[in-house]
Amino acid sequence: MNLETILKMQNELLLVAMLLAILIGEIFTTQQGKVKLINFTIITFAAVTLIGFFNQPNGDLFGGMFHTNSLIHLLKNGLNVGVLIILMQSAGWLKQDLIQQKKSAEFFMLLFSSLIGLNFLISSGDFLMFYVALELSTLPVAALAAYNAYKRQSAEAGIKLILSATLASGLALFGISFLYGSAGALYFDDLANLLQLSNLTILGLVFFFAGLSFKISLVPFHFWTADVYEGAPINVASYLSVISKGAAVFIMMFILFNVFKAFTSIWEPMLYIIAIATMFIGNLFALRQQNMKRFLAFSSVAQAGFMLLGIINMSALGVTSVVYFVLVYMFSNLGAFGVVQAISQKTGKENMDDYNGLYRTNPMLSMVMMLGLFSLAGIPPVAGFFGKFFLFTAAAGKAYYILVFLAVVNATIALYYYLKVIRAMFLRQSENPIPHFNNDVFMKIGLATASAGILILGLYSPLYDYIQSISNLIFN
Amino acid sequence: MISGISIYHILTLTSILFFIGVYGFITRKNLIAILISIELILNASVINFVIFNTYLYPNRLEGVFFSIFIIAIAAAESALAVSIIVSFYRMIASVAVKDTETLKY
Repeated sequence: MNLETILKMQNELLLVAMLLAILIGEIFTTQQGKVKLINFTIITFAAVTLIGFFNQPNGDLFGGMFHTNSLIHLLKNGLNVGVLIILMQSAGWLKQDLIQQKKSAEFFMLLFSSLIGLNFLISSGDFLMFYVALELSTLPVAALAAYNAYKRQSAEAGIKLILSATLASGLALFGISFLYGSAGALYFDDLANLLQLSNLTILGLVFFFAGLSFKISLVPFHFWTADVYEGAPINVASYLSVISKGAAVFIMMFILFNVFKAFTSIWEPMLYIIAIATMFIGNLFALRQQNMKRFLAFSSVAQAGFMLLGIINMSALGVTSVVYFVLVYMFSNLGAFGVVQAISQKTGKENMDDYNGLYRTNPMLSMVMMLGLFSLAGIPPVAGFFGKFFLFTAAAGKAYYILVFLAVVNATIALYYYLKVIRAMFLRQSENPIPHFNNDVFMKIGLATASAGILILGLYSPLYDYIQSISNLIFN
Repeated sequence: MISGISIYHILTLTSILFFIGVYGFITRKNLIAILISIELILNASVINFVIFNTYLYPNRLEGVFFSIFIIAIAAAESALAVSIIVSFYRMIASVAVKDTETLKY
């Protein structure tokens, strides 16, 4: 194995190197130097993200256990950008709270371990690799959810996340064991040729799907979502809702399209029902939320239902629409979560009523929030509209017109509750609104990047064309 | 391979084990007991992998390798879960499920 082969894992290797650098830096910095360490980490990670855009590795490693191509690399770059935005948004929180509790460097280490896990997850070509990467990506996040050591809700969120995640991986494993029993192989390529339609393999598919659905929080398995998002620190919630969900959606699509390509008659109706249930339950529960974090949690459940509309069409069109929507959704949700984080960090307020009259005191923040929510709702000039539009096209391409109709109904319900927040910010008056405050530089850059992403992805079409040109790479 | 015991017997055993785990996960009132139920679920799949390997594909070792990985990762999982539960216990001196209900609806 020479340098060129090992550089196929360049993203993962760079992240591991960063992790070690932070570990060593943590040992040798004094309490005063911790702020510098935070700045250093964010800037280094920005450099790592940039490097990812230049070199595009291709090919297999470890006998096919690890594989990478342009599409996977694009998604890895997207995840990097998302984590970079999250880090920028959490810089203030890290400096304000975590340095006193002496655990700022551990935050980075846990977050990067989880990101490494997700990178391996979307590159995996084998169920063993898949399982190890899934656990590597979930366990650090559970530790992060329980990060606020003095808050009861945080520990509660951690418990709920780790218990449901382990149950989910147990279910997935039980399913994988059936698949292994019926085919005698664990590589995705071998399984794709060997799996026959039988009761045992269908049982395996269902268990496996249930296990992965926990991670995407599809409806029968969404119960942890709102509780964990509310209890966990906000940046952890936005990481869960954007980065880990996006990667899990991609790998689910990859496995359904490759390993289970002979099972379309089974998983298409499954996705059909789950998509409808997810959209309706996510949206209807979001209607009655007052806490912004819970509100965004149920909105992210509903958005996961929309993503299934693209997966149901097993073609290049479906792949393109899902990958594009994941990127758009990432920027939109990060914009919304960023504003919630900024406000919660300065004032501790998280309820929708506290946002009354926000536009008068903090116009820039409410503009970013408005862009994010418009994009999530799918209002034309911003990116979210095109994301949803392509998803609907993909589902309509398979002649699922009732599904598309129900999705449009849901988009309308969603518009109502997103506009509720916008009404509170722009039209409502308040006796004591949130006072004007200035954000630190990193938070400003983070919010600006998220809003720029929303606008650019919506108005600049070459990205969609690029995804379309490489979308066939998902089919082996 | 064990003489006199067919693969069906063992698969029945693992299925029962799995569903005892799921039942326990849903009904137990204690967080540690829930953790034990999850271990049952994971162990059911470990036995499944080993049994499929020895009975159906005896000249390969993938299933056995997989089971070793599962055992190692399950240990990491329960260590993390127990540590989170301990930090919860320090705050409110309880590991009962009904005390984890401040976040609801």
